Amino acid sequence: MLHALTRRALLTATAAGLLTLAGSYGPALAKTPKDVLVVADKIDDLISLDPAEMFEFSAYDYAQNVYDRLITFDPKNFGPLKPGVAESWSLADDGVTYTFKIRKGLKFHSGNPLTAHDVVYSLRRAVKLKKTPSFILTQFGFTPENVDEKIKALDDYTVQIVTNKPYAPSFVYNCLTAPIAGIVDSKLLKEHEKDGDFGNGWLKTHSAGSGAYKLRVWKPNEIYVLDRAGDYWRGKVAMKAVFVRHIEESSSQRLLLEKGDVDVARKLTPDDIAAVMKNPDLKVENDLKGRIMYFALNQKHPILSKPKVREAFRYLADYEGMTKSFLRGQYVVHQAFLPLTYLGELKEKPYTLNIEKARALLKEAGHGDGFSVKIYVRNAQDRLEIAQSLQNTFAKVGIKAELVVGTGKQILTEYRARKHEIYLGAWGPDYPDPHTNADSFAHNPDNRDEAKLTGKLAWRNSWFNPEVNKMTEAAVLEKDTAKRAEMYRELQRKVQREGPYVIMFQQIIQSAMRKNVNGFITGGAISQVHYWTVTKD
Amino acid sequence: MSDFRSDSVGMRSGGAGEDPLLRRLYDRLRPFLRLFVSLIVTFLGLLAITFFIGRVIPIDPVLAVVGERAPPEVYEATRKAMGLDKPLIVQFAMYVWQVLHGDLGVSLLTSRPVIEDIQRVVPATFELATLATIIGVVLGVPMGVLAAVHAGRWPDHLVRVIGLIGYSVPVFWLGLMGLLLFYGKLGWVGGPGRLDIYYDGMVPTVTGMILIDALLAGDMDIFWNAVSHIVLPASILGYYSLAYIARMTRSFMLEQLGQEYITTARVKGLSEFRVIWVHALGNVMVPLITVIALSYASLLEGSVLTETVFAWPGLGFYITNALVSADMAAVLGGTIVVGTVFVGLNLLSDFLYRIVDPRAR
Repeated sequence: MLHALTRRALLTATAAGLLTLAGSYGPALAKTPKDVLVVADKIDDLISLDPAEMFEFSAYDYAQNVYDRLITFDPKNFGPLKPGVAESWSLADDGVTYTFKIRKGLKFHSGNPLTAHDVVYSLRRAVKLKKTPSFILTQFGFTPENVDEKIKALDDYTVQIVTNKPYAPSFVYNCLTAPIAGIVDSKLLKEHEKDGDFGNGWLKTHSAGSGAYKLRVWKPNEIYVLDRAGDYWRGKVAMKAVFVRHIEESSSQRLLLEKGDVDVARKLTPDDIAAVMKNPDLKVENDLKGRIMYFALNQKHPILSKPKVREAFRYLADYEGMTKSFLRGQYVVHQAFLPLTYLGELKEKPYTLNIEKARALLKEAGHGDGFSVKIYVRNAQDRLEIAQSLQNTFAKVGIKAELVVGTGKQILTEYRARKHEIYLGAWGPDYPDPHTNADSFAHNPDNRDEAKLTGKLAWRNSWFNPEVNKMTEAAVLEKDTAKRAEMYRELQRKVQREGPYVIMFQQIIQSAMRKNVNGFITGGAISQVHYWTVTKD
Repeated sequence: MSDFRSDSVGMRSGGAGEDPLLRRLYDRLRPFLRLFVSLIVTFLGLLAITFFIGRVIPIDPVLAVVGERAPPEVYEATRKAMGLDKPLIVQFAMYVWQVLHGDLGVSLLTSRPVIEDIQRVVPATFELATLATIIGVVLGVPMGVLAAVHAGRWPDHLVRVIGLIGYSVPVFWLGLMGLLLFYGKLGWVGGPGRLDIYYDGMVPTVTGMILIDALLAGDMDIFWNAVSHIVLPASILGYYSLAYIARMTRSFMLEQLGQEYITTARVKGLSEFRVIWVHALGNVMVPLITVIALSYASLLEGSVLTETVFAWPGLGFYITNALVSADMAAVLGGTIVVGTVFVGLNLLSDFLYRIVDPRAR
């Protein structure tokens, strides 16, 4: 597998080199119509278009443009919450009863009016369907049995939600900005309901929203096409149609962009980005995303579980070297578990490559001569390159690292079964609240194998720390948002110093586009791509 | 097979043997019966192997559906719904039972029935493979004949060099270079994809083959746009089958040209053209048909790399994608298609033998 991969990588590199040599390809006029946006992307992760079920990047991008939520963000300034379908909201003194006032006059694409009953249907449906992302809502104590009681419409334009604990209000609001809280057309879905599936079977491949766009067609691994739905309450929608085409190869995406057959290319390699930057007809925009790249040390391992050894590993990654060479433009150095731009972000970067220090620490731990260890990594190019860099720096202190390479699903299966030694991989937040990563990286209430808390990285790495557990549980209940942010900073410092993770980077995505494309917003770490804000000169 | 035969002998000496009409009917039907049984065995074997390999590879198909963050209860419920809690052999039997009822299951990756997916991806591959094979045959056979006739001289060397390049240059690289030159630099052909992207969905899907659908809809703009997109990938794939077909034609022809009947034909005073293109070529048609059928079949499996470079949503990409995600319904569905293609083309070439070679009748 690795062999075939290297060969292919080599060929791609030659091809990319020749493309660069060839330079520009004569006069390239924009060929796409002025009111149509054509995007080259990789969308083979799309498996369901139902907001209650989707949990993939491409699906989230889709949902951002097709479904509205109660609360949303200003596309020009992600961070402060903005009214969405709810024009206002409040929390009662009991700390658990939330009331949302629904905006009047909104309509679904079908023409049905959007009311409090649709909001209630959408949230209850997500809880009752029990699909993967349902935990984003059920963590507030909703179950299929009690949700009819906990989430209800007081009248046509008022929704009441009652949580089981007095959580931090910011936590509740942030979770309602997640795609699973997208408002669906209850009348339309009831028409398509089959065997009590809440229309899930139908909605997987259709749309029933009130957003700026509605779905024209989705052909898996190939394309999806969106049509402008009419007047949109959030603003003018300039593009009457959006075509998102799956183009696997970066070089193919670049050629299409250079020829003007696409307006935006979203998955270009650093080499292709570098070439695009030199082309006067094109531009590149950077955006910080939520993905964190880290490696984790399995605490079941007799050597990796020693505190000094853990500390030594923090000095054995060439953070600067990697971001300046092969990760250039793809990642920035970041050493805390919350992505930058999240509430409670921590900017401190205490660790650098320091072979001497690592050697001394290993010696103190009784492993001055090094040891052998396996790094589990999936066969993606950036990860393999990071793994090779780690192999090099580890070798300098006598640690012989062997790479175990497999497909994403293979490696993940090992990781979730706690069978790895060192796992190298990425983690993206599930919803735009700090609790998401705190819960994964820091919280592990039951460290037994039988507990199977496979969603938590702390459990996967068998890291059990009661104090950290308590800190995580306290932060999610803190009412004062500023204080809550400080609690997450403290928690991150502790995990940074003591945890089984060496957090190295945060992802940047680079979108290449024609010069005439404006307002292509990819959503930062907490939101998704906005097609409806795009205009073309 | 011998058991089968002795069985039929028993049958014949029994009831059927007495009645000449029944016996004649049985003799007529026997080849079909045999074909039918062998088809069933072939397909069952194919399915069984694919199925069990799919279950042995260390990929968790549940993860492909629910994602890595799924809570345990969602994971378990999905596992049950997929029937993965049952013994392997039961799962296989259930699958075969479904297939016999025309249900290939639902793909995990596309959330739709596999049959629907196959109806979408197969026409794309079929269109490309057919055009490529036509290119391969139209150019490859004459090149092979020329090479054989001029064995050892420059036309032969030229054909060999062309063939060698076809064998040794990876299709992936050739595809990218082709795109760079003919699309990027010269602008003679369309870019990756079956159409310019914003043409997508403008002609109604009838056959799934855009060239034909565009003609049916009478939309010549889209037809020519589709032609400009297919011409490069078809030429590149065609080039590979050309290399193979030319080489095989050459060696078959060389063998024939050394035969006595060729000398006889020449002595009789037939024109050289007739000797080569009618007599010799006529005799290599039988093995050549097998070669062409096999090369066509391998193109119909889909060519993952070509499909990747040209963003061509065909069968190869579909099966490969399904395989790495353990989407077994899709993999098995694809396997059935590929199996059918091979069996079908084998039957077709058998049938063609009978036409071109009277001895086979």
